[in-house]
Amino acid sequence: MGNNPAPGMNTGCFMRPECTPRNGRLHQEEVKMKKTVFFGALTAVGLVAGAASAATLDDVKARGKLNCGVTTGLVGFAAPDANGEWQGFDVAVCRAVAAAVLGDATAVEFVPTTGKTRFTALASGEIDMLARNTTWTFSRDVDLKFEFTGVNYYDGQGFMVPKELGVSSAKDLDGATVCIQTGTTTELNLADFFRSNNIGYEPVPIETNAEAQQQYLAGACDVYTTDASGLAATRATFEAPGDHVILPEIISKEPLGPLVRHGDPEWGDIVRWSLNALIAAEELGISSTNIEELSAGTNNPEINRILGTEGTLGEMLGLDAEWAKRAIAAGGNYGEIFAKNIGESTPIGLARGLNAQWTEGGLLYTPPFR
Amino acid sequence: MSDTHAHSVAFVRKEQIPQSPPPARQTGASKWLRENLFSNWVNTLLTILAAWAIYLILSAILPWIFNGVWNASSLSECREILAGKTGACFAVLTERWNQLLFGFKYPPELYWRPILCFFLMLVAVAPVLFFDLPRKMLLFTAVFPFVAFYLIWGGPILTPIVALLGCAAGYVIFDRYGKESFAAGFFGGIVGAFVVWIIGGLVVDLVRPENPMMTPVPSRDLGGFMLNMMLGVTCVSLSIPLGIVLALGRQSDMPLIKGICVVFIEFIRGVPLITLLFVASVMLAYFFPPDSTVDLFLRVVIMITMFSSAYIAEVIRGGLAALPKGQYEAADSLGLDYPQAMRLIILPQALKISIPGIVNVAVGLFKDTTLVSVISMFDLIGMIRGPILASTEWNGVYWELLGFAAFLFFVVCYGISQYSQWLERRLATDHR
Amino acid sequence: MTTITDPPKGQFRVSMLLSDTRYRSLTFQAIALFVLIVAIAYLASNLVRNLEAAGLNISYEFLGNPAGYDINQTLIPYDSQSPHLRAAWVGILNTLLVAFLACMTATVFGVVAGVLRLSNNWLISKLMAVYVEIFRNIPVLIWIIIIFTIMTAVLPSPRAFRGDDPTSTMVLGSMAFTNRGVYIPGPQLGNPLFASVALNWVLVLLFLVGSWFGSHALSKWAHAKQEETGELPTTWYYTLAIWIVPAGILLTIMGLHWQIPELKGFNFSGGIKIGGPLIALWFALSIYTGAFIAENVRAGIQAISKGQTEAASSLGLRPGRVMSLVVLPQALRVIIPPLISQYLNITKNSSLAIAVGYADVTATLGGITLNQTGRAIECVLLLMLFYLTISLSISAVMNVYNNSVKLKER
Repeated sequence: MGNNPAPGMNTGCFMRPECTPRNGRLHQEEVKMKKTVFFGALTAVGLVAGAASAATLDDVKARGKLNCGVTTGLVGFAAPDANGEWQGFDVAVCRAVAAAVLGDATAVEFVPTTGKTRFTALASGEIDMLARNTTWTFSRDVDLKFEFTGVNYYDGQGFMVPKELGVSSAKDLDGATVCIQTGTTTELNLADFFRSNNIGYEPVPIETNAEAQQQYLAGACDVYTTDASGLAATRATFEAPGDHVILPEIISKEPLGPLVRHGDPEWGDIVRWSLNALIAAEELGISSTNIEELSAGTNNPEINRILGTEGTLGEMLGLDAEWAKRAIAAGGNYGEIFAKNIGESTPIGLARGLNAQWTEGGLLYTPPFR
Repeated sequence: MSDTHAHSVAFVRKEQIPQSPPPARQTGASKWLRENLFSNWVNTLLTILAAWAIYLILSAILPWIFNGVWNASSLSECREILAGKTGACFAVLTERWNQLLFGFKYPPELYWRPILCFFLMLVAVAPVLFFDLPRKMLLFTAVFPFVAFYLIWGGPILTPIVALLGCAAGYVIFDRYGKESFAAGFFGGIVGAFVVWIIGGLVVDLVRPENPMMTPVPSRDLGGFMLNMMLGVTCVSLSIPLGIVLALGRQSDMPLIKGICVVFIEFIRGVPLITLLFVASVMLAYFFPPDSTVDLFLRVVIMITMFSSAYIAEVIRGGLAALPKGQYEAADSLGLDYPQAMRLIILPQALKISIPGIVNVAVGLFKDTTLVSVISMFDLIGMIRGPILASTEWNGVYWELLGFAAFLFFVVCYGISQYSQWLERRLATDHR
Repeated sequence: MTTITDPPKGQFRVSMLLSDTRYRSLTFQAIALFVLIVAIAYLASNLVRNLEAAGLNISYEFLGNPAGYDINQTLIPYDSQSPHLRAAWVGILNTLLVAFLACMTATVFGVVAGVLRLSNNWLISKLMAVYVEIFRNIPVLIWIIIIFTIMTAVLPSPRAFRGDDPTSTMVLGSMAFTNRGVYIPGPQLGNPLFASVALNWVLVLLFLVGSWFGSHALSKWAHAKQEETGELPTTWYYTLAIWIVPAGILLTIMGLHWQIPELKGFNFSGGIKIGGPLIALWFALSIYTGAFIAENVRAGIQAISKGQTEAASSLGLRPGRVMSLVVLPQALRVIIPPLISQYLNITKNSSLAIAVGYADVTATLGGITLNQTGRAIECVLLLMLFYLTISLSISAVMNVYNNSVKLKER
């Protein structure tokens, strides 16, 4: 892991993992060890890490790493590349938060989670935040006790069918065999859609995206359904993407966003405003190329507040003044991240659509930095 | 007599006929063929059917293997090279071999560490598997877990040293006091080990070097076939002592202890491993203290160890039951107490009988480590089903990857089961 | 060394708790009980604290809420508005179905392979040895995935049956082998006696049960005759008639005809569909476990001493009768206990259905329900309870059997 901070970055001691345990945290560690002898012994063997107390921020700083839950592999959103480095749209959010909190965009431990394990991983404190195209729903927010900290991608469930079937609308799919990736809200939306249109179908639940693709390409199902962004990402990996069409119907609202545990509002604020900073940066024209120049001071007070040259926003969050600057510098503003990972110039080729800034007819609208 | 003979029979041979060679169909290859392949019409039919089946399978597989493409950067390039011919795309193996063996996160410059560890493991298990090797090698076996831990995970060297010292302290205390009273030595040893670990843990934390000589690798970064090997070896070796304790407990005449062991064994044997892995991945975290999280790897090791110890306990119980009752009575008549009788008389014999069974459990367990792919760990199967098949370049290369995985498992498992059969034969001659 | 004396009487000392065998076991059990209670209390208190911290609680009320998802293969009526509990039942029945089918075919594979491995045909016995070794030494998960992949890749999709010049045609004009499953003709009753479909089939079943009693009585009569006269009357055609005629007449009255599947829209409809995931799982489990059963069968047959065969031959029995009257009945005693534990393994391994998308109980209760409700602890506990019940009942049956066939030696 590179420990080279970007030029102009504040590299206080608290940011480096190796020097933290000696300043003040040591006492707490000792207490913890005495409390649980068994875990003390295991800690000595290095397999147990203390975490998940109320103050997530302190834990992350003490650990020197952000544990961020992602998918097990969805190209464009989160997938390891040939070198084993995680890349993608969700990954960029994790990196931005790590940059804001720890000053190092590479200080992230990516924890691959499945649809089944993601919520437990978050609830039990194995991960500090989850950025795994997770839909913000009432029951997840209220019943499962999570806090959604915003939306980084407005999605909706769509259908992909082979062109040769000649289907032009999802309502023509009566009796079709539908491949679904399990562990998502997809199954529920699908059941609702077919039920409300009074048509039948045969679901084939598949565990991983790769296997769903295989089934779909072999013709074992007629339709593949998942979030429209996922469909585009999947279609991009096909040999002949042109042979498949994505149907116009979007049958659900899928606001995807990062989430944290209930009960630690300070940490929730950090994740929320790191994401907002990325969105606001695009709106205000801050990008990774001009950020150094702008941080020298501008006429726009909001830019100054975000970049920490004016006001004390960072302090209010419990971070230093340049937190947002680092978050934006880590991978660029929202628009840059979008373009680099899933935008029209990438194989995935998603249009901005709903994910354009509100000034351009999209839904991205961040509260003011004030 | 000879007169009547001469009269009643027209011809009597006086000299012996020279030996003639056996008929052609009763010798050599043709006899073998007749006896083994075409002895009657049912057999002939079966032979023809079998030969036809073999021909079908080989004619499908051989061209596929021999036309294989070993150098390409993606499936579509493979297909271009093959130009419509049947052939495998082994290029995926040459390009992704490191991910298949070590997972996608293990730092490539550190591959020498698991490889070295693998060879050391062969040395360490050799004296356990082959009784003829010098017993002094067992010393290395005892040290090996700590060396392996250091090699795979890296980090400060003090960590494995402290762990080793703790075990050594426990053993010394046990050796010193265990002769007088087993219980005193046993509990004293445990306490001693923990004292060393706790003090050592604090020391390790205090002198944690800025840059340890061996780069630490978090266990989340382990993957590929290495993960299967590690889970298999760790869990089997941990579960043997646990299995012995459970087996003895189940044979005990203390109703409470017997009850606990029976319930544990029957419970574990009654549920599929996959539910236990679900426990490890979604439930176990709730049973640890709120301010600690335990590595998924460790949680999985705990659950798989519990799983295999229940099966091993049943194998050892079989071994204990197979011993003649005279052995128990002989031990009693010598005036040995329970721990002594077990340690000196019963267990050495019972374990010897159960070794083939234990090896079978070990093979089964090793195969079952593939199930961790279901709970988002990137073992060999997890790597194939996840990152490699999901990648743009290799989307659709099923046979080569699955065949490779099957081949690796076959080599290891077949090797172990051949060993088990060899051992069975050897033990059988010992008894004669 | 010592003279025999009465055990020391006298006052009780604390050290006697460890040193005196009369008290020692009590001491150890007390310690064990204490450790057990402490461990359980520790885990329980952690659980309570963790749940409190996460604001969660343990509750099974979610089982009554609508499940909201559809399942592609259901043995009982189910739709997306049915409660989670019903989804779990669907899964349980599917688990039992695939386990039952796989046990049947695995036994067939295993017995055939085990017997053939002992055949004196060199090629066949080697071939069976290769089969056994290959399947025993490769994880069942890999086999399930491989066989599922073979099914999807090799069999044609229903699209191939479409058009004027289809690339695939139906076998015998009535069965379609597609990568979504196998479609076979299904029996239909044109003139049912009862309104409820199931009731008609129950009636047929009752007739068959009656036939079973009939053929049983017949064979009893035949044996009595043999005891009496020494000659076994030929009865097979009576037996055949007893089985076929009553049920045949009943079905004719009810107007049995076969509905042939035909391609409609995206899929075949009509007839009976055996889903692809079910077939893949069924076949993979049978062929994998078959390899283990083959080994058990071989061991069982080899365990019968050669003297038994020779003794039987010297009584003048023909080889077929030697096998069926002398060797097999004895070998079964050795074969059946491991066979039943293989059945248990099949049931447990069927939980790998998750890899092929078959809706067994691990995929419904432990899969989609768990994902949708987030009730991990409750779902996993229920799942374990189910498998435990199955396993314990099978072991109970096995114990009864073992006791009944125990060698009665004097």
